[in-house]
Amino acid sequence: MSYPEEALTAGNVMITGYNGDSINAYQATSGEAGSLPGVIVIHHLPGWDSATKEIARKFAANGYNAICPNLYYREGADVDPDDAAASARGKGGVPDEQVVGDLEGAMKALRALPNSNGKVGVIGYCSGGRQSFLTAVSLPVDAAVDCYGAFVTGTPPEGFPLKVTPLVDKTGSLGCPLLGLFGADDQFPSPEQVAELEQALKDHGKTYEFHSYEGAGHAFFASDRTSYRPEAALDGWQRIFAWYGKYLAGSEA
Amino acid sequence: MCSYVTVPADVRGSAKGPNGWFSVNGASVYFDHPFHAAFEHTLNIDFVDRDRGPDARVAVELSADSARELVRCIEAALEAAGAAAL
Repeated sequence: MSYPEEALTAGNVMITGYNGDSINAYQATSGEAGSLPGVIVIHHLPGWDSATKEIARKFAANGYNAICPNLYYREGADVDPDDAAASARGKGGVPDEQVVGDLEGAMKALRALPNSNGKVGVIGYCSGGRQSFLTAVSLPVDAAVDCYGAFVTGTPPEGFPLKVTPLVDKTGSLGCPLLGLFGADDQFPSPEQVAELEQALKDHGKTYEFHSYEGAGHAFFASDRTSYRPEAALDGWQRIFAWYGKYLAGSEA
Repeated sequence: MCSYVTVPADVRGSAKGPNGWFSVNGASVYFDHPFHAAFEHTLNIDFVDRDRGPDARVAVELSADSARELVRCIEAALEAAGAAAL
């Protein structure tokens, strides 16, 4: 008997991102037979790090193709991910328009894989959670997961050097089902901000499912950090795979 | 949380990184997730040469208490040397 994690293939690829730029991405493809869905994995503010690449491999181990583009590639091709993240941060972060362009490249690359079923989901954690929502209101993806993304709702304090703006006014453009996973003890996003987003989704009649975990704060999925909450993370992973199993299965007509 | 807050500092001096000494012409100060330290959040300082690229960087990640202690010690050292009057 063989298992999907025994047949996955992972490594770096080049994809075409915003403005036609060539950027690198971490790609993990499943060895399972048949046509498979894809997932765009968005790295968090600390960069294109090992923990995020591990998430891409987890999807491949569960029968998905995954691509995690390096949103800080323009800081230098051979720069350590943490140096690239610090450099991008020092410049005020990457603009949303550029992020969407890079993630569109990842979406197209996933659909171009020979074993793709044409369906693509997106997931992001922390700042990537906000960018997952951004993707879902900007690009034709089939399912989205927002893990504790701050500033989808809520207004950043004055004087924020990073150029993040709330996205809740774009909720009407949400083109796919959204799964939101949050920590009840988190302040960014706070329970009130999560409730505001949920109300906006209701008002626009969108398909969504939200779960907030008691005893968990921000970054409860991060198994390499003190914020890790195994019970919340394990339940969260089950919900992610159920969500994608429901909305990314099959193939486009 | 991702605080997103970054406070740029206009500093001058030198720092030693993996490739030896380099001139420092700026620093970024922020309280956010660390890359390495075993805390949920840390006060992070990146000393950089903005003209040399991302790898001209010396990074530190300090617990909040440590950062305050560092501020106190810097002030105390400057005061003791009379440097504040320079």
